[in-house]
Amino acid sequence: MKFLDEYRDPRVGQELVKKICARSVQGLRLMEFCGGHTVTIMRNGLRQLLSPHVLLLSGPGCPVCVTAHADLDKAIALARQEGTIIATFGDMIKVPGSFGSLQTVRAEGGDIRVVYSAADALSLAAANPGRPVIFLGIGFETTAPTVAASILEAQARGLKNYYVLSLHKICPPVIKAILDAGEINVHGIILPGHVSAVIGSAPYGFLPQKYGIGGVIAGFEPLDILLAVDMLAAQCEQKIPAVEIAYRRGVRPEGNARAQEVMETVFETADASWRGIGVIPRSGLMLRKEFEDFDATAAFSVDTVVSREPAGCLCGDILRGVSTPLDCSLFSSICTPENPVGPCMVSSEGACAAQYQYGACDE
Amino acid sequence: MCLAVPTRVLTVEGHYADVEMAGVSRRISIALTPDVKPGDYVLVHTGYAISIVDEEEAEETLKLFRELSPGEEGL
Repeated sequence: MKFLDEYRDPRVGQELVKKICARSVQGLRLMEFCGGHTVTIMRNGLRQLLSPHVLLLSGPGCPVCVTAHADLDKAIALARQEGTIIATFGDMIKVPGSFGSLQTVRAEGGDIRVVYSAADALSLAAANPGRPVIFLGIGFETTAPTVAASILEAQARGLKNYYVLSLHKICPPVIKAILDAGEINVHGIILPGHVSAVIGSAPYGFLPQKYGIGGVIAGFEPLDILLAVDMLAAQCEQKIPAVEIAYRRGVRPEGNARAQEVMETVFETADASWRGIGVIPRSGLMLRKEFEDFDATAAFSVDTVVSREPAGCLCGDILRGVSTPLDCSLFSSICTPENPVGPCMVSSEGACAAQYQYGACDE
Repeated sequence: MCLAVPTRVLTVEGHYADVEMAGVSRRISIALTPDVKPGDYVLVHTGYAISIVDEEEAEETLKLFRELSPGEEGL
């Protein structure tokens, strides 16, 4: 397919790997923030190709994985309310909460629909006027504008039974939080491609300014990743950290102004809780007061339960780049994609699921 | 989760467009990319176009790859 196949040529990949390995900086530690990048890296064996010249660490860029246990429990409690329809992206269904998952609720008779798009959730609401349809708003700045657009459309169409439980999060604050924690020592960040298609490159200016490291926005094909790694290696070689875009066909420096406007019309930033990391100030998106008619947290009260984290699960450490899936005693023994213990094994782009699927040669 | 696929826009109708996805025509929202025209490639994420592919920049990147691996055809 156009704009995909050209970025998968293994001969060019080999040349890029040679170029990276020939650079004078060795032992570079880079974090790929985005779960989509983790999958590309694992599927194409890029870690092995670049080792030991470059070490790639996975970050917290899997929205399902970073959803706090308490938020997941809230979604499950909403699903148990009589008459509601929960609309969600498929990844959320199997994530275990403190007491069961959405899948468990569905088995008990709960009405849970997997949708491809917020627009599909809106159609469900239009087709079921007597029942509340609650869409689980999961995702970063890539997804948040689409959900915001669905709320604006619901408003324009006068739909009164469409609600969003906004668990949306934004990326720059968590990158800062990981660097501030000081648990990992990285020389640069491979920045998310489609988040940046929306927000542009300016919001990452803090990387060189405050932390003295560079960031390169990367696309999702193997050559895109290798190009970004080479650009970061060149920055390290020349000791000029900067924010650059390797994924120029998809990302403009200013981002997508219309998507930013739609997102800002509907949402405002709020403190948010991240699994394994804790509360990060102004790292989440909540519906503005004028949209509270669509806000599931305003429309429905749920009993708060004391959340229980699964014993022995290292998802939290893995999301911070402190541990790898292979450090976890549950990995591939008790915790598998069929019977996941933690969210990093549920989402296909979670570090554990990617390691399980593609990482055999690491073991 | 943040996956987005480049697809070609066939027709535009208000806030919607029909795109060609893996040989099949599919309706998407262009509420976030109102400037899109038939023939453009857009990155589609969960049924919404989030960016119009910059074909000149795509060609610049491919030129860089061709310089790295001279003599390769088909890029």
